[in-house]
Amino acid sequence: MSSVPSTPAFDLRAGEYPPGRRLQRSEIAWALAFLAPYLVVFAALVVYPVGYGLWLARDPGLYAELFADHRYLRTLVNTVLFVGIGVNLMMFAAVLLSGLFMRRDWWVRALLAVYLTCWAMPAVPAFSSFHWMLIGEEGLVNGLLRELLGVEGPIWFNNGWLALACNIAAYIWKWMPFWTVVFVAGRMAIPQEIYEAAAVDGATGPRRFLHVLFPLLANLYLVCTLLATLWTVGDFNTVYLVSIGAPARSSEVLATLGFHYAFDAAQPSLGIAATMSALPLLVPLTLVLMRRLQAGEVQL
Amino acid sequence: MSLASPRLLRPADAVWPLLERPGRLRRRLGTAAALAVGIVLLIWSLLPTYNMLLIALDAEGDTEYAGILWPAEPTLDSFRVVMAGDYWYLEHFWHKFANSLFIALATMVLTVVIGSLASFALGRLRLARGWLLGNFAVITYAVPASFLVIPFYRIMREYGLSDSLWGVIAADLTFAAPYAILILQQYAKFIPLELDEAAQIDGASPFVVYRHIYLPLMAPALVAVGTFALLFAWNEYLYQYMLLTSDRNMTVSVAIAQFFDADEAPWNYMMAAALVYAVPPVAIFLALRRWTAAGFSFGGVRV
Repeated sequence: MSSVPSTPAFDLRAGEYPPGRRLQRSEIAWALAFLAPYLVVFAALVVYPVGYGLWLARDPGLYAELFADHRYLRTLVNTVLFVGIGVNLMMFAAVLLSGLFMRRDWWVRALLAVYLTCWAMPAVPAFSSFHWMLIGEEGLVNGLLRELLGVEGPIWFNNGWLALACNIAAYIWKWMPFWTVVFVAGRMAIPQEIYEAAAVDGATGPRRFLHVLFPLLANLYLVCTLLATLWTVGDFNTVYLVSIGAPARSSEVLATLGFHYAFDAAQPSLGIAATMSALPLLVPLTLVLMRRLQAGEVQL
Repeated sequence: MSLASPRLLRPADAVWPLLERPGRLRRRLGTAAALAVGIVLLIWSLLPTYNMLLIALDAEGDTEYAGILWPAEPTLDSFRVVMAGDYWYLEHFWHKFANSLFIALATMVLTVVIGSLASFALGRLRLARGWLLGNFAVITYAVPASFLVIPFYRIMREYGLSDSLWGVIAADLTFAAPYAILILQQYAKFIPLELDEAAQIDGASPFVVYRHIYLPLMAPALVAVGTFALLFAWNEYLYQYMLLTSDRNMTVSVAIAQFFDADEAPWNYMMAAALVYAVPPVAIFLALRRWTAAGFSFGGVRV
């Protein structure tokens, strides 16, 4: 990256062999022995279930059936919105909020501890609380709206789009703290001299964010967004517990719809097909993520 | 410096007084804005927990918001019911709690052991150099956990692990390990390879290097990864619900979610159980917070 001054100190690489060095046979044997436990886990609990799942969902007729089902199509739209809006909103807010947590005040540290409890809180308590908080006129949210603003809040779970918005809010509540701290760690890795050099050149405030910080954090931001996307597509707990798919299965996402096909409608193959239909999107994203994880090491 | 006499002003000194006033104003505005954002964030973060407490303290267990910030007659009775397992969804509460704890601790230990071994092979012994093999564990996330629950359900029967806590532990390990390996590999880059090489020249086998150099120096990252695995297992619901069928093997998160099966359940008991269940991970995380920093830095900003 050209915007960053390159001094010998920045080129130091701990923990890397010179490129030409070859492994000896005994080293390979040792390495395989160390890797063996994980290879067993990977083969037995990743490769086999995925292969088995694809085999169960191999019939093209299943996909024709899916695309004929309006609930599946609505679920696809929901999933795209849940992931697209949820992840991008969350990551952008997280990168902004990470600036707040760079401050050294005592109250900021205390706030960070409270903020992180949202992430440490297990899904079932957190999301069932969200469910009761939003349960129409009786819930805390509408109660507060009535008391404080004199506004009559909507019945959140009576409308598919509102229910989807509630799910997104609950998901962001739980996961934004994690990504915020990842960005705080990323910001802390930037040497102070770069800020100082930027300040001398007049880059402060928003301009510093745009022209100094963001280019430096770009790869981290991309890696995090990719990882968050993968995790959000697979998120089951939020929709299952917050909106419970209400009203009439119109706020489901792929993970919960597949579950309902399999266990409520007793069509396991259709359930797997519904979820596996996301793989053409997920596999390329994962490959890009793996590539970028490596790229992070050689940049700058 | 002796040269700096009071009369000798550097150009920067002349400019400073001019810059200071707007600078101070800007700083104050910044603090005010930070405080405002902080207050909003505090309310946002605490609201769901407060809602749990509000319902748990209510004598009737209504979710109905009474327009007050505190229940009229707060009672701890629902916590007593939870502790005593006095309601049929909450029967043998502490046994279920022990099941949850066992799953979380076993996932933590296995993730740390298997993850550290794998990261040592991939990162230190340099078994794999390319991005595809070096990060192969990450490909696990291409098929999310919730998508695999149906194949898992059947495969666990083949493995003889249906209705076994070990089945859930295996599933949790599967999805906690890739992140652990990722974090450990990133963290290991800060430990100079010269240490390993020096030990090897002295005749240490890779296992000795792993045991006496890698593990001690990786301790902060291992604590972080272990804590994350524990929180991950504590957070998990779907696999516990699907794979554990008998009452004896039920966990707390399944017991809590069961309340949704009934139309008219005592929601105060549900929320009290939820609060009790939320205490251990939050307490463990807050206690270990200083040591978890390594778990948040990956794909790093390597400047």
